[in-house]
Amino acid sequence: MKIGIKSFGVYVPNYYLSRETIGLAWEAKGSKGKKSIANVDEDTLTMAVEAAMDCFRFVSREEISSLYFASTTAPYAEKAHSALISVACDLENNSVFTSDFANSTRAGTSALLAACDAVKADEAKNSLVVASDMRKSYPKSPEEMTLGDAAAAMVVGTGDVFATIDGTFSFNDEIVDIWRNAGDQYISVGESRFVVDEGYLRVMKAAVAGILEKYSLEPKHIAKVVFSGANARNVAKLAKKCGFSADQIQDTLLNSVGDSGTAQAFLGIVSALEAAEPGEKILLADYGSGANTFILTATENVRKVHRADTLKRFLENRKEFGSYARYLSFREIAPAKPGSPFKLPASSSMTWREQKLNLRLHGSRCTECGAAIFPINRVCHKCGAVDKFEEFRASDLVTKIFTFSVDQYAGRSDDPVLVQTVTEGENGERYYTIMTDFNVEDVRIGMEMEFTFRKMHALGNFPNYYWKVRPLRREKRTKL
Amino acid sequence: MIKDKLAIVGMGCAKFGERWNCGIPDLMIEAAYEAFEDAGIGPQDIEMCFFSNTNAPNNCSGTPVADTLKMHGIPIVRNENFCASGHIALIEACMAVASGVCNVAMAIGVEKLKDTGFGGLGTGRGLSTVREARRTAPGSFALGAAQYFEKYGLSYDEGRRMLASIAVKNHSNGMLAPRAHFHKEITIDDCLNAPIIATPLGLYDCCGNSDGAACAIITRTDMAKSFRDDPIYVKGFGISTDSILPHYRPDFSWTSFEALRVSSSKAYEMAGIKNPREEIDLAEVHDCFSITELLIYEDFGFSPRGKAREDIEAGFFTRDGGLPVNVDGGLKCFGHPVGASGIRMTYELYKQLQHKVDNPKRQLNDVHIGLSHTFGGPPQISAVMIVGNEK
Repeated sequence: MKIGIKSFGVYVPNYYLSRETIGLAWEAKGSKGKKSIANVDEDTLTMAVEAAMDCFRFVSREEISSLYFASTTAPYAEKAHSALISVACDLENNSVFTSDFANSTRAGTSALLAACDAVKADEAKNSLVVASDMRKSYPKSPEEMTLGDAAAAMVVGTGDVFATIDGTFSFNDEIVDIWRNAGDQYISVGESRFVVDEGYLRVMKAAVAGILEKYSLEPKHIAKVVFSGANARNVAKLAKKCGFSADQIQDTLLNSVGDSGTAQAFLGIVSALEAAEPGEKILLADYGSGANTFILTATENVRKVHRADTLKRFLENRKEFGSYARYLSFREIAPAKPGSPFKLPASSSMTWREQKLNLRLHGSRCTECGAAIFPINRVCHKCGAVDKFEEFRASDLVTKIFTFSVDQYAGRSDDPVLVQTVTEGENGERYYTIMTDFNVEDVRIGMEMEFTFRKMHALGNFPNYYWKVRPLRREKRTKL
Repeated sequence: MIKDKLAIVGMGCAKFGERWNCGIPDLMIEAAYEAFEDAGIGPQDIEMCFFSNTNAPNNCSGTPVADTLKMHGIPIVRNENFCASGHIALIEACMAVASGVCNVAMAIGVEKLKDTGFGGLGTGRGLSTVREARRTAPGSFALGAAQYFEKYGLSYDEGRRMLASIAVKNHSNGMLAPRAHFHKEITIDDCLNAPIIATPLGLYDCCGNSDGAACAIITRTDMAKSFRDDPIYVKGFGISTDSILPHYRPDFSWTSFEALRVSSSKAYEMAGIKNPREEIDLAEVHDCFSITELLIYEDFGFSPRGKAREDIEAGFFTRDGGLPVNVDGGLKCFGHPVGASGIRMTYELYKQLQHKVDNPKRQLNDVHIGLSHTFGGPPQISAVMIVGNEK
């Protein structure tokens, strides 16, 4: 059976910064385009949960047997992110293998290679690979304009695939071109001509030539090339050098999202698949201390995703972020004054103990009387039965606002406005949490909300995650 | 039967406000010694003490009372029940005397809010590290306002105007209360134009964050006349506690609260009150936010369900209305040192019913039955006390 891509998902944050805004802040002309920026309650882990859960459109949770997470900017230096992502996605601990891939912008496609190997070893397996990045550069550096935040995921398996993965080829290369020392906030970039000519162009050209030769292909056999790259100019230069025309180049969202690191190649593949005709070949090449390349062929199934709007629903439902100063504070480059302290307990043992509630977002349904409530209640609120319940997952649900308030001072000092929200599910169960990514003037009783995994604070010296609600973005899709 | 078995024979109340130069001991002494003098006794005469405080550093228990008032060796029980703590201390003192365990009990509430270093009551509530991480008092009570407007078809502006009338009334009342935190006459337009705190509540919809203390001395009715000629009798009381997050309760309306309904009906039953709107002469209710006072009108039976707006517009709750509410300015103007408030509200009833209000302009005529109430959380716990000047 052919190995291929069975599902995919993306996540593009609600906010983008226009490159003109960055230019204005430095009294310079900004370049064209936008860069996607994560909200203050997001990190690569929360973005990865969004993208990974998006994959459950085409495969069910129960089919997933491994989860690989790739990022160069994950929140922990030591601790497995894939374990936490798997739990937030509500995958079973005893049937899912998890692993983290890191340190190179090529880590996403390296994880994809590992996923292919896992499925080759056992065709029954489905591997979910999620890549997420939010890299930081020095203020006023050229990279400040280009780096963007996003996540994307794919499920590799056999059976009903949208595209088969027909071949792979990797190329190793040692070079200090783009790097970040342990403990540094910002990436470092070598002298630009050296980095582009002897790094990116030389390596990618060799890798692309390598895979074409390996599978006896020529540029004319390829419908689209997905090349990761720091900017569109370099990508165009590379395509030309490899013998591809401009219309063969698949946009990897460099001008609408930015260079999203490990996620960039995946975003390109998703865009390519949603436009591919059955039988068309896609060449993927991903850069970082060498390169990973893949040949994919779209199947008949690909027609199913032509109107999936995977990226569109995120790109068309987002908002410009007007303040460069606030962006610097959100990214902790120039943090605003801290707010008043929280009156909350911080406990790693409580966080561990309550993960079914707070990470899996489970409620309980009484097996005696059927009453549903969130979170899990051991004693039924309706009939009083003790420990007679089954759990249900709320994180997939769309619920409606029952009541809300817009609190002008409850948030962080750089993000003070906070919407306290009570929503109601179809079974009458209520949820109380805070809203994120909202337009305050649009909030109404009855409005539909979806759950989104977010970082609440860092009490106890670790990120504390929970679910918030937001106006529909993920669920705003064409029903397939 | 509890009704008329217990009497309040001494009360004291500190000046409320930003008392930067006073700590818990200073505020406590101010309220306690006024009460001792009022009852004609001293600290050595107290057999049991019930201390209400929510914000003192952890694990202080009842020791601030022993340390400050030198009441060593007697039972001093501290309670922390959000904004209802003061009432609960009062009710505990009543129950201690009613049980026969002691003859003279003291309830004292002291709160020093202005040592926290920030305004408001702070962010975050409850036992979970994440589920209520950004919960605030105004943001939580405002949830009731949004749903009330929705349910009764009020536009945002109509709803805000209705709530503003409550704030204007309480500010007008507060002008006549020398010990109140705020003395400022305001207009409806002042309310509507003030900065929004949490929609739809603006600055003037929110009560003051104050330091303060209040104290009461309770004894048996048959002993009361040996302390004073005009004791005030306890007619009834009620406490009701709901979950910390009624937010999760299916069918929770947000326009009516079980804790309010149950605590008031228990107190009415004990006091033999059938028609609170007619039988109660004055009330001090928990106006932490204007919307809270409105919801209380309906849950306490002061106004028919959904009709509070008509009573507000008719001036029914003003000083010269049918049922004056919060004649000393309420939490809104007198201030809200959380643990002290319930006892302060009862202090106002006590002085009104004795016709001994500190400013004669605030004194109501022909008053016999008063109700005081606090509602904490928000909005989980409610406590009510009904007192009268006749047996």
